[in-house]
Amino acid sequence: MLSRAANRNQRLARLLGEGFLLLVTSLSMLAVVFILIFIARDAFPFFTSWERVREFFGSVAWYPTRQPAEFGALSILFGSALVTLGAALVAIPLGLAAAVCLSDVLPFHIRQYVKPVVEMLAAIPSVAYGFFALVVFAPALQERGGPMLAWAFWLVLTPIVFLTVLVVSDLAAARLAEKVRTVARAVVFAALAALAGWLLWKTGRLLYGLEISSGTNALNAALILGLMALPTMVSVAEDALQATGRDLRMASYALGATRAETLIKVVIPAAGSGILAAGILAIMRAVGETMVVWMASGNAARIPEPWFNFLDPVRTLTATIAGDMGEADQSAGSAHYHVLFAMALVLLVFSLVCNLVSEHMLARTRRRLR
Amino acid sequence: MKKQILIAGLMALSLTAAQAAGDPKKIVVDGSTTVGPIAKAFAEYYMKAHPDVNITVSESGSGNGAKGIINGACDVGTLSRAMKTEELEAAKGKKRNPVQHTIAFDGLAVVVHPSNPVQSLSKDQLRDIFTGEIKSWQEVGGPNLKIVVISRDTNSGTYETFHEQVTKAGRITDRAEYVGSNGAVRQRVQSTPAAIGYVGLAFTEGLKPVTINGIEATPENVLAKKYPISRGLFMYTAGEPAAGTALGDYVNLYKAADGKKLVAEQGFVPVQ
Repeated sequence: MLSRAANRNQRLARLLGEGFLLLVTSLSMLAVVFILIFIARDAFPFFTSWERVREFFGSVAWYPTRQPAEFGALSILFGSALVTLGAALVAIPLGLAAAVCLSDVLPFHIRQYVKPVVEMLAAIPSVAYGFFALVVFAPALQERGGPMLAWAFWLVLTPIVFLTVLVVSDLAAARLAEKVRTVARAVVFAALAALAGWLLWKTGRLLYGLEISSGTNALNAALILGLMALPTMVSVAEDALQATGRDLRMASYALGATRAETLIKVVIPAAGSGILAAGILAIMRAVGETMVVWMASGNAARIPEPWFNFLDPVRTLTATIAGDMGEADQSAGSAHYHVLFAMALVLLVFSLVCNLVSEHMLARTRRRLR
Repeated sequence: MKKQILIAGLMALSLTAAQAAGDPKKIVVDGSTTVGPIAKAFAEYYMKAHPDVNITVSESGSGNGAKGIINGACDVGTLSRAMKTEELEAAKGKKRNPVQHTIAFDGLAVVVHPSNPVQSLSKDQLRDIFTGEIKSWQEVGGPNLKIVVISRDTNSGTYETFHEQVTKAGRITDRAEYVGSNGAVRQRVQSTPAAIGYVGLAFTEGLKPVTINGIEATPENVLAKKYPISRGLFMYTAGEPAAGTALGDYVNLYKAADGKKLVAEQGFVPVQ
């Protein structure tokens, strides 16, 4: 039996412990608030007039050290968007496919080994990725970029296209009378396959002949960033797919659905918001990455021509902040200093919004599955 | 570990000793980002030999180096240009006498890929390449390749030198790619057949330097002031520093053999 004093001590200890934990938690929350406040505080002095706002968001002339200086950040905002789009195009489909494979296709004992290996991608320091991009990937793109692109194009698209052709010819034949069905399916399949094959070949040849003058470009940065965002995508999406549970799959099989139907029509839609959240997290990973884009993107502050030309160098917000900080910091209070904070604010607001959306999505998945 | 503690202890001792003597021997250096690395290398070298002297080196731009000498905020002002007349007059108005020490020269080699047949460029052609007027190597007698312009980040003194000496009035083309170090320029130019870049004279290994206005980028030509992309790097002090004092020894390090080695290690041309 406890004495009264011991009881009081225990209560005191509990109070202290809880208070300490609360303090630590609120400190980390305060840190977020203060980061936002301090960045905003240094960002707003840049926008001294409407002209500055218009220049920042509307002009592509980025000459911060020239006299007179020009702070048009449009091409840089665009560069960030383009590289992030490219990274998302790599990471999201690939990551979703890998997540599906991990959660529903691979047997458990293999999955045990595959998932940690994928997650290991996240443990490689970004400067190592950047070094690879600059020293290995960029020269390779310059020397045989066309053939590399063409082979990648064929490897990725051939299975997808032929799967689609198969499904389409099946669907088309299903409408016909039973007598001609087998023949019709074969004919439609042959025709579509020939057309698709011809298109693949032509487009591939076009890519094959491409000359890439500079290997540090949006494509390079986007591919490497996509690779870096992959573990986030795989990990979160796989968790979402797992969370849909065995019952859902069993119910679908019981209704006579095949594994493909179960996956595409039941499991993926059920995990939809979780997958979306995974995509958003992957995008945030890509948009905030600095070292790789500084080394791999070429850092030319211009909008590519045409805008989707991934083979042109681009400059991103993060790389600009990292690259210019040393110099701008020496003249604290200058417009160049504040414009970098304005860029940081744009990034911060973007990722806060993304974060909120993904939290919301994840919460929705959890609620729906409960 | 023990050794480190010993050294730390010794340093603390010597510091207190120096302070007790009323002579903190603190040297404040401020100014150019280009000269900064030299000033830092000198400071490191000097402090190793004289642990009682404390030298702080800031890099806030040549203008601030001059300002520091004028209003006495620093002992040594580092400048990548000579002081302007207004600055000299302002200093005189404050009864200060800025003394110029030319500690090194900064010469930039213009480099291309070893396979590029272009041997020489005029300074005007070089400017037009970097401002984007000339877009293909064909226009300067090379192969039919789109020129890939590689520049240092606007942060660096190397960029500052190049910009001042070559593209001064114009804008560097928005196609220019920016990289973070001399080594990165070398890496990019070495692996890109259509590239052109500029590096400190010490970084041309594995690359092909082109002649500018027919003059080779050699330390001799830089010293003789023949080579067109070069400039002097200066330290300024208020009055001639007395020999034997920490300040005098520090500023005059550039004349010593070790000082010249330090200058060369930073990629600059030591004075003769």
